[in-house]
Amino acid sequence: MDIYYTRQNKKFMETGRRIKTLLSFLFSFMLSIPVFAQDVEMADVMRSNGKIYVVITVLGIVLAVLLIYLFSIDSKVKKLEEKMKNRK
Amino acid sequence: MKNWWKILCVLLLFYTLIAGFLMPIPALPILNESIRNLYFHVTMWFGMIIHMIVSMVYSIKYLSKNDLRKDVIAEQFAITGMVFGIAGLLTGMIWAKNTWGAYWVNDTKLNGAAAAMLIYAAYFILRGSTDEESKRARISAVYLVFAFPLMLVFIYVLPRMTDSLHPGNGGNPAFGKYDLDNNMRLVFYPAIIAWSLLGVWISTIRVRIKNLWKQAEE
Repeated sequence: MDIYYTRQNKKFMETGRRIKTLLSFLFSFMLSIPVFAQDVEMADVMRSNGKIYVVITVLGIVLAVLLIYLFSIDSKVKKLEEKMKNRK
Repeated sequence: MKNWWKILCVLLLFYTLIAGFLMPIPALPILNESIRNLYFHVTMWFGMIIHMIVSMVYSIKYLSKNDLRKDVIAEQFAITGMVFGIAGLLTGMIWAKNTWGAYWVNDTKLNGAAAAMLIYAAYFILRGSTDEESKRARISAVYLVFAFPLMLVFIYVLPRMTDSLHPGNGGNPAFGKYDLDNNMRLVFYPAIIAWSLLGVWISTIRVRIKNLWKQAEE
């Protein structure tokens, strides 16, 4: 019985040591992330806040294109109006 | 600066877009982030109402002055108003599907809006049915003057007399009872102005093109 218990204990301690090394490995990895981010400047502006800024930028471009289109239609009509005026 | 209001429209539209997505909103169940649709769906209906007011005013002006240019303005604003109404219906259907569970629910306000759209659809059929210009203008102007109060009854009065899934309907609502907080008002009111100005801009272009057509036919 005694032998059995010590064997279990040994096994238990071994797994405990393994978990410890794993945790320390993970922890050191976690620690290294902010250091990494500080070292290398990444284009993170568009990635923050669930990428909502990407959607806003895309919609902004769509809106800008449509409005420029509307302005150009406006100026075309104006040119036509002037042409008609001169004809009379 | 003659076109200042067009630039104002552009600025307000971009403000609506950016602030509409980024300004804080009240955290409400079911609605969640979809409450931001207020700046895009509800404003469509405001834009439609404003266009229909303009077209009714110009119908009255036509009836009192017999100037066919007024009739052109009334017609073109009604067309843009319809476009806004269709956009309002479609955006509302998407919103309803995701909050009320179906694209179309049997709600007084929804059916009223559909009926109002049909009333205005009949206006265009009426216009197309007569060839004689002044006669067409007179009949359709009279029709529009009656169509506008009918639409108000269908969209605003009836849903309040019974009940509706729309907030602020049923009973006697005031604006303060809406699920609006002051942050949302900061975006909502400029958004109404922005979308309405965009519609007015498109309508004026349509009016000018129509007038050019008339000149060319002369």
